[in-house]
Amino acid sequence: MDFIYQQQILDHYKNPRHAGELTGVVPVCLENVTCGDKLCMYRQDGQYLFTGSGCAISQAAASMLLEKITQEQLSPEQIRALSVEDMRAVLKIPLSANRLKCGLLALEAVQQLVAKHT
Amino acid sequence: MSLDIQHIKSQFPLFERSINGRSLVYLDTAATSQKPHIVLNAMEEYYRKHNANIHRGIHVLAEEATELYEEARSIVARFIGSAKDSEIVFTRNATESINLIARSWAEDHLRKGDEIILSEMEHHANIVPWQMVAKKTGAVIRYIPLTSDGQLDLVAARDIIGPATKIVSIVHMSNVLGTINDVREIRAMRDLLAPGAIYIVDAAQSIVHEKIDVQDIGCDFLVFSGHKMYGPTGIGVLWGRLDLLETMSPFLGGGDMIRSVDFEYFEPNFVPYKFEAGTPAVAEAIGLAAACEFIEKYDRKVVLEHEMELAHYLIEELKQNEHITIFGPETRGPLVSFTHAKIHAHDLAQILNDEFAVCVRAGHHCAMPLNKKLGISATTRVSLGIYNDQRDVDRVLDGIARAEEIMRV
Repeated sequence: MDFIYQQQILDHYKNPRHAGELTGVVPVCLENVTCGDKLCMYRQDGQYLFTGSGCAISQAAASMLLEKITQEQLSPEQIRALSVEDMRAVLKIPLSANRLKCGLLALEAVQQLVAKHT
Repeated sequence: MSLDIQHIKSQFPLFERSINGRSLVYLDTAATSQKPHIVLNAMEEYYRKHNANIHRGIHVLAEEATELYEEARSIVARFIGSAKDSEIVFTRNATESINLIARSWAEDHLRKGDEIILSEMEHHANIVPWQMVAKKTGAVIRYIPLTSDGQLDLVAARDIIGPATKIVSIVHMSNVLGTINDVREIRAMRDLLAPGAIYIVDAAQSIVHEKIDVQDIGCDFLVFSGHKMYGPTGIGVLWGRLDLLETMSPFLGGGDMIRSVDFEYFEPNFVPYKFEAGTPAVAEAIGLAAACEFIEKYDRKVVLEHEMELAHYLIEELKQNEHITIFGPETRGPLVSFTHAKIHAHDLAQILNDEFAVCVRAGHHCAMPLNKKLGISATTRVSLGIYNDQRDVDRVLDGIARAEEIMRV
């Protein structure tokens, strides 16, 4: 069985990329109330940042997703078109139905973020 | 007398499973219990040999099925010290039992300004139905607060329970904190301060660990679920004082809960049938009775002592870990919820599962108000049952150490 706490996940959890706030910008904040995973996503002039707390999967997912968006320079339309499968591909780990929710919080947050500003 | 846990485990077929090549360590009995052969056999035997619809038919199968179902009712009544079989209403689970009281008693009796007294440690099942009732009737919910170590603040309770109180509904054992509430003391308070109020005890967690005697507790209603006491899912119990049940409106309407039906009206059936609409979960009731018999095969005090010993062993070990915070009082039932400052509950539970085949629960455990009060969003919960031993607890400790390694704590 594949180990979900791969190096990559732990690395992004411990050393998140795109972590921080943007001042003067209203974030989209989402919470998974069943477990307390929280994410706030900020966007300004094509720059994306996040803050949050919670399980390793939820936080690493935010870091990895924002890295993908930034490296591939995805447009708001492309971000909105990202699917659950795309998110699985970003995370590269097998996720049970329960943990999938943790992995998808970041996707939901960033999709709501681009919907707001478009 | 000591327990042969290996022998006990062998009575539960699920322990034949291995997870990733390891033997299963099941520490989530508070969520649902595993089932012994005797329960599974009883249900299967019913379907293989005695299956028929009950209360109606003349043929031999209907007679046997009815007898088995009503015998199950009797067994459950004795299990909780009820003098009358008719005080046992079979429901789907404890949640449905509470909803039954809410609909059939509370909605008829509560007026604007009447008070429903709960506690801050209640499970959603003993909060949400009352919120619904409060909305419908204008009644108000008040919460007995907790002390800093997670017990009911009985001093505060004396100020809260009063002449406006119509319902006091309290959990016997908390599914998050492990706190065991003094249900007799609360009844005494009700008698003194709100003699007109009904008193409900939620025994969902306690029923499997402690011998319950409804006459001794002196409550008016008691609820529990079969699946948390080595019985099947889909069956629960509402025990209610006969004189109360007799005056209550029916809950669900349909067949069997009626004595007669005309085009415009119906005459409800006698108690308890008045509250059992439609064909019931016959096999499950039989399974529940078998679970009662399974539990009573053992000296319940010895079993509880064993479970408590394991809980205390776990607590003492967890206390050695500076990152870990344990919730709940020193004196408690066999259940331990904790947080780790460096590892989120989900991650810990995942690693315990993936590498150690240990099943624990992570989350809010259906007690979001309690979690909010404690300032937490998720805990890891270890809950013990008759089939657990020290090796099971040691696996949890190994798992925590390994999780700390992985997460580089």
